[in-house]
Amino acid sequence: MSGTYLGMPAFPRAAAASTRDKQLRANLTHATHTIRDKRAKAVAELDDWAQLRAAGAAVKDRTLRHLDHYLEQLEAAVTAAGGQVHWAADADEANRIVTRLVRETGEREVVKVKSMATQEIGLNEALAEAGIRAYETDLAELIVQLGDDLPSHILVPAIHRNRSEIRDIFRREMASWGRPAPAGLSDSPAALAEAARLHLREKFLSAKVGISGANFMVAESGTLVVVESEGNGRMCLTLPETLISVVGIEKVVPTWQDLEIFLQLLPRSSTAERMNPYTSTWTGTTDGDGPQTFHLVLLDNGRTDTLADTVGRQALRCIRCSACLNVCPVYERAGGHAYGSPYPGPIGAILTPQLRGMAGPLEASLPYASSLCGACYEVCPVAIDIPEVLVHLRERVVEGGPVTRGGARTVLKPAKGHAAERAAMRAAAWAFDHPGALRGGMRLAARSRRLHPRRLPGPGRAWSQTRDLPAVPAESFRDWWQRTRGTSSEQRGDVK
Amino acid sequence: MSSRDVVLARVRRALADVPRGEGPSDPPVPRDYHRVHGSRTTAQSVELLAENLAEYRAIVHRSDAEGLPGLIHRLLAERGARTVVVPPGLDASWLDPAWRDPSSESGSDVTLVEDHASSTPYELDAVDSVLTGCAVAIAETGTLVLDAGPDQGRRRITLVPDHHICVVRVPDQVVGSVPEALPRLAPERPLTWISGPSATSDIELDRVEGVHGPRTLEVILLAGSREAG
Amino acid sequence: MRVALFVTCINDLLHPRTGQAVVELLERLGVEVDFPAEQSCCGQPQFNTGYRHATEPLVRRFDRAFRDYEYVVTPSGSCAAMVRDNYPRIGAKAAAEGRGRELTDAAASAVPKTYELTEFLVDVLKVTDVGAYYPHTVTYHPTCHGLRMLGLGDRPRRLLAHVKGLELRELPGAEECCGFGGTFAVKNPAVSAAMGADKVRNVLGTGAEAVCTVDNSCLLHIGGTLTRQGSTVRPVHIAEILASTEGSVR
Repeated sequence: MSGTYLGMPAFPRAAAASTRDKQLRANLTHATHTIRDKRAKAVAELDDWAQLRAAGAAVKDRTLRHLDHYLEQLEAAVTAAGGQVHWAADADEANRIVTRLVRETGEREVVKVKSMATQEIGLNEALAEAGIRAYETDLAELIVQLGDDLPSHILVPAIHRNRSEIRDIFRREMASWGRPAPAGLSDSPAALAEAARLHLREKFLSAKVGISGANFMVAESGTLVVVESEGNGRMCLTLPETLISVVGIEKVVPTWQDLEIFLQLLPRSSTAERMNPYTSTWTGTTDGDGPQTFHLVLLDNGRTDTLADTVGRQALRCIRCSACLNVCPVYERAGGHAYGSPYPGPIGAILTPQLRGMAGPLEASLPYASSLCGACYEVCPVAIDIPEVLVHLRERVVEGGPVTRGGARTVLKPAKGHAAERAAMRAAAWAFDHPGALRGGMRLAARSRRLHPRRLPGPGRAWSQTRDLPAVPAESFRDWWQRTRGTSSEQRGDVK
Repeated sequence: MSSRDVVLARVRRALADVPRGEGPSDPPVPRDYHRVHGSRTTAQSVELLAENLAEYRAIVHRSDAEGLPGLIHRLLAERGARTVVVPPGLDASWLDPAWRDPSSESGSDVTLVEDHASSTPYELDAVDSVLTGCAVAIAETGTLVLDAGPDQGRRRITLVPDHHICVVRVPDQVVGSVPEALPRLAPERPLTWISGPSATSDIELDRVEGVHGPRTLEVILLAGSREAG
Repeated sequence: MRVALFVTCINDLLHPRTGQAVVELLERLGVEVDFPAEQSCCGQPQFNTGYRHATEPLVRRFDRAFRDYEYVVTPSGSCAAMVRDNYPRIGAKAAAEGRGRELTDAAASAVPKTYELTEFLVDVLKVTDVGAYYPHTVTYHPTCHGLRMLGLGDRPRRLLAHVKGLELRELPGAEECCGFGGTFAVKNPAVSAAMGADKVRNVLGTGAEAVCTVDNSCLLHIGGTLTRQGSTVRPVHIAEILASTEGSVR
């Protein structure tokens, strides 16, 4: 499978292509609108949602402010419960650790629970290079894997596919991965789910190694939590002999009690359910029940760099519910692939540039992939002020400034390609700070208004390809006030 | 320098803005959310549990201790189950005495399968049904929590068979909410929280029941019994 | 009550009628309005594009222009939100960069007295019936910054509900962004246009004669898309509706 987002074009170009793809637009509009209303209803059931949201944000902030403490506490608890803890500073190191751990079992195949962290580090590709085949078992991940495609949504990686496309992929590809699709497979979601059940069952029953992520890790007890729907998670977490969990360091929460907040926030925000069908929690290993060997790989990969930014660090509160994607008007039209990362949508627009740095053109374009409408912030169950972080990152793009990369403080240079804009913005700011000059310009504009085109050439075409420009009125407000009221503090000498 | 040291050192450098004197529990967490939503009598909580279970397509039955073996027997028969796996510590009074006695002529053709540490997933896959108790049930969310206790067994037995019958002792095992459930559960035990049968929203973000876990979940609300052990 | 009008740069240059409407409306309600000439742009275009440092002189200017007033009223949800949400951030960041408290103080002075027009009417003047007359069918688009940053809620709709002759038509998908987003419209023109097209389709679906908002910047986008499509639906700022009376319908 291609499995990589490398070399993808900057957001505007990819997004523009998506807006012309009628099928994609229809699929995304249908899916996001379906979940939007349901989420609102599920959230409205709880009259203390605002308090839960504030508590969720506060627990995450408490953890982040003392992350070293909570990670060490977690490590001690997991180890005491029979698990082995590994630390990975970046993606390559995490992939090397997991590959080594799988090799040590002697197995050549692993089953995987859907995990954002392993998508982020490209684990499947790394395993493939080592001759190890990873089977994705989440239905949407399976669709993506069979279709040699890329995920486009956090919760539903195959959201860009509709039911008939999924049927076609199953019919075409299942046979080369294992049990073929049933003859005469229809495109009803129930039939497709049944096909996935049959296809994967053999893999679950024979698997010796499972790989997962985790939604939460409880520092005080060393407990990991996986929240899921299908039961593929339970299969991977309980049937294999060895379990390897790759988890971002920001997924830790201090106490068992803290779960009472997140187990209310997450399902309602994510699948709009009071509770998701299955949640598994485990602490190290349990004699006679489940994997007898458990490895936890704690992943940094840009998280500590994100943590170093006092405005941007709130992105690390994210619990990957995907509510922000589902309400985002830009995501709905651009599609997930345009964001060039496993983290699409508004959260991706602030997470990807922070995890990867903003040196590349794609990463530098992501903070602008938003109209700043604020719908994402409104639905975020941990109150990440995504618009605030977007604007903060835009500043880093155009002005440069202090950033942390790979743990080292450095100064980012302003991104290329913003010179004309920078000049225009500074000129505008200068003019607005010199009203005399500005008024002169306005009057000039007013006098020449009959000559103004309704469409613009050059860069202005971006505006006027689909929109007319407004006509410039004969008299500015300022001049009208002066003419009719004329009593303000305006300097007389400036008035005609 | 180990990667552990590298990552922890990065974390500490990143947190240079946090005042030295601030302790890990110092940042305030407001816990003014509800312990439980609304006020309900015990009976109303049981009712809400039943409603929410049913809304997520679990099939809800009610029974007393006397009727329980018969009900279980009937549910298995209706499904055409020929084998049912049970955890080693299941309350024997839940079962039709005929199953315990191979010489009985009760007409039951359902074979009891006891779970053993050596049972393979393939053996479990050949079993039609599973019968267990639970640790806690949460009314507000329609959730059953299994904690691998003696009457629940290993996690896998409630996963591989396609039909799960779960007995909830009401009202003892019913709590109102998630915040009320967690203190009754031990984090060191492996937990499985079950809210309805296996489902997915992966096709067009629309929920469909029935993927890898049991596609049929039947819940028996067992009234008037005290919690075992 | 010393009330200053902060007309905003877009209204000053492109929509003077909106500013005039605010003056007429407030004067009709017995409010004495002043227009401090030192005022300029709130700095939102620069700030939201990432040019925070270029915004700082405009924060100082805002403070100078309005320092002596009790209330600052602006016919723009977006510019009011810029002052209330972002001026404190600009102050805090400048302080963190070791440049003192000047901008923090400027923000602290500006924030509590800055009101979007409908907020000022409903919360300060405590009126919802402003005696307006506007015999047209109108659909209302709640702009994002008014809706989510300021939390205007139903204030604009309550004001519109009392306008004689006005028939309000529900706008489907009302709370979805129109796609303007300042420089977003230029940096991501395809997505912006797609959002605008959907908004306009919903507007046209209502059959209303006019589409109304609390922000002319969004109307620039919606109106520009409408006229390009040859539609005669009028984009109109809420101030112009509220200023209309039986004697002078706009």
